[in-house]
Amino acid sequence: MKLMSDFRQSELALGLVSSIRHHATKQARFMEFCGGHTVAIMKFGLRQLLPPTLTLTAGPGCPVCVTDNADLDKAIALAGLPNVIVATFGDMMRVPGSRSSLQEAKADGSDVRIVYSTLDALALARANPKKSVVFIGIGFETTAPTVAASVLQAAQEGLNNYYVLSLHKLCPPVIKALLDSGEVNLQGLICPGHVSAVIGSKPWEFIASDYGVPCVVSGFEPLDILQCIDMLAQQVATGEAKVEIAYRRGVTPEGNPTALKIMEQVFKPAPARWRGFGKVAVSGLALRPKFERFDAERSLDFNPGPTVIPEDCICGDVLRGVKTPPQCTLFGRVCTPLNPVGPCMVSSEGSCAAYYHYGGNND
Amino acid sequence: MTDKILLSHGSGGKLAHDLIQFSFLSAWANPILSRLDDAAVIEVKGRLAFTTDNYVVQPIFFPGGDIGKLAVCGTVNDLAMVGAIPHYLSLAFIIEEGLSLNDLEMVVNSIKQTAKTAGVDIIAGDTKVVNHGCADKLFINTTGIGTIPSGVNISGHHARRGDAVILSGTIGDHGIAVLSQREGLDFTTELKSDCAPLNGLVAEILGVSTNIHCLRDPTRGGLASILNEVAEQSGVSIRIEESKIPVREEVSSACDMLGLDPLYVANEGKLVAIVDPKDTEAILEQMRKNQYGQNAAIIGEVGEEHPGRVVMKTRLGTSRIVDVVVGEPLPRIC
Amino acid sequence: MCLAIPARINTINGTEAEVKIGGITRKASLMLTPDARVGDYVLLHTGYAINIINQIEAEQTLALFAEIAKLTELE
Repeated sequence: MKLMSDFRQSELALGLVSSIRHHATKQARFMEFCGGHTVAIMKFGLRQLLPPTLTLTAGPGCPVCVTDNADLDKAIALAGLPNVIVATFGDMMRVPGSRSSLQEAKADGSDVRIVYSTLDALALARANPKKSVVFIGIGFETTAPTVAASVLQAAQEGLNNYYVLSLHKLCPPVIKALLDSGEVNLQGLICPGHVSAVIGSKPWEFIASDYGVPCVVSGFEPLDILQCIDMLAQQVATGEAKVEIAYRRGVTPEGNPTALKIMEQVFKPAPARWRGFGKVAVSGLALRPKFERFDAERSLDFNPGPTVIPEDCICGDVLRGVKTPPQCTLFGRVCTPLNPVGPCMVSSEGSCAAYYHYGGNND
Repeated sequence: MTDKILLSHGSGGKLAHDLIQFSFLSAWANPILSRLDDAAVIEVKGRLAFTTDNYVVQPIFFPGGDIGKLAVCGTVNDLAMVGAIPHYLSLAFIIEEGLSLNDLEMVVNSIKQTAKTAGVDIIAGDTKVVNHGCADKLFINTTGIGTIPSGVNISGHHARRGDAVILSGTIGDHGIAVLSQREGLDFTTELKSDCAPLNGLVAEILGVSTNIHCLRDPTRGGLASILNEVAEQSGVSIRIEESKIPVREEVSSACDMLGLDPLYVANEGKLVAIVDPKDTEAILEQMRKNQYGQNAAIIGEVGEEHPGRVVMKTRLGTSRIVDVVVGEPLPRIC
Repeated sequence: MCLAIPARINTINGTEAEVKIGGITRKASLMLTPDARVGDYVLLHTGYAINIINQIEAEQTLALFAEIAKLTELE
């Protein structure tokens, strides 16, 4: 069994597509929360396989896209400090802040390094004892435990030149904010598979019980997503609303207790600013007082400067599923991947970037 | 005796002279270079092809090659892509002071071997040494001269509706091999760069067909980029099929892990030939006989519906646009 | 948050493992999956195993897809 390519087999896809057509008798709009799902749907052209009764809408699950300009400015300001190495995932490099980007800061002489893992950031800290290594912590509950683990590792080794700028966010609170806003009419939620691998499927239950929206936790291969859509269509057809796991090989209802414990040990829930939503209570993660010395915000002295949000950029509306990228006046004309105005265009998972790259015939 | 390059090696004095004599000249000796005049004097008849390139690859040694081999292959291949027979190269170094003489020696030797395989002579050169921190170990600039046999007319502007698109082998090998050596990405693989001179392969396919319209080598920006370039230049659309594009397992695994797309990863020993459909089988058969074309495959065809566009039929039978890459493909987590 | 891929554990040394993904090998941290064993497949995200893959469920899911494909063929 090949755990990735087996879940891309076209013969099996045809079967699932037939099943979807059979079950999707009612009009329904499903939202894929996670940016990784948005990309997979566009990359495999999955919309082309769905019956006209179903619409897919991209949600705010792109951790880079929802990073507020003010937070981006913090990362850029840290990069400008002397004797600081900023270690970041590649996703953040081209995202525009109020005045600049990490890529531009690098071109101006700041030491910004792309890493695949916090393990690499820890290695940088060990190799450069006279410098401060600041890791830009973005990502939801999939990534937060890995960053928490790196802080524990640093504490254990006494690595005092390792810092984290925590821009981590939590998924369930923002989905609640989205549903509370009443702006999008959803008949189903494609729940993020890898966030759920950590937090389990239980945290999504309030969506089914309080809002009556069917939820299915999905993997990321094309067959996974098709299976998920089929299961959602079945719930809609029967008028049910419950949480089901399609991605059974990766997700259990309880999630990964060790990962959750480590995350809770290092981080505490905190308010966070989400692009498009503003401040959402208890939706971000901050380092606990015990680990304060690793917190870049509290331990390093820097000035991010005033926050500027570009006019006409409707990333916020796109993230909330209220508008589609082509409805933005800047899309494709002023705002392109080469000259992004907002993060939805430059982030590899951003809806605008996905629409731009993978194309119009995906609608 | 020093074991590293010093600023004096670039300043025209004894150290520089010795470097040229005992290192460069002794490795690349040929009658033109050995004259050591200020300019090489050559006589060439017919249509000339002329190209220039800069090589700044990091790290300078990678599985399957090094910056020297890359410099020769890249230049030779640019000439081959317009159907030219490559003859002469110039090679100029910008060396960061402190580079070990050993490392330079290895690069010089690599250039010698590769030039020999490709059948080209290095006939002009230059060496400058810059302060520590002002160049990343070694930068190489090249120019190349070749002659185009009569009757050969190959250009990115010549693709026509109905043409077949042939790819000479697996994509992404070079880019991933180099990436595996980069600090911060840390993975091991048996994968080697596919860096190779393709002029022999090109001569062989020109020998079986006079209907090769375009040739391109998918270097930086990968297969996706050159297909888009040709689609733009010729005002055609290009349709490719995902299931027909050969990709090694190591490459797709690394791409899956890092969030990269093999279509955009660099190759240094592959070419795309856009040809009249009646010659497809003959060209394919000839390619597969060459060591650099063993995995050659027909991956698509040229159309007219959306000029300038490249569209791919996915494994699921759906279609998606293959856009040009923006900036450098960066490893991502999302 | 999303890019996690299946990787097979080849060797384990404390909390560190050597994992294989297709044709490449990498180090991975097992700090989040202390129960993982050699031979297990894990979901690898940014160098950490975030969960152990249930191979039986994987096989059952594929079998389910095959069944669905058969049923729809008969229609």
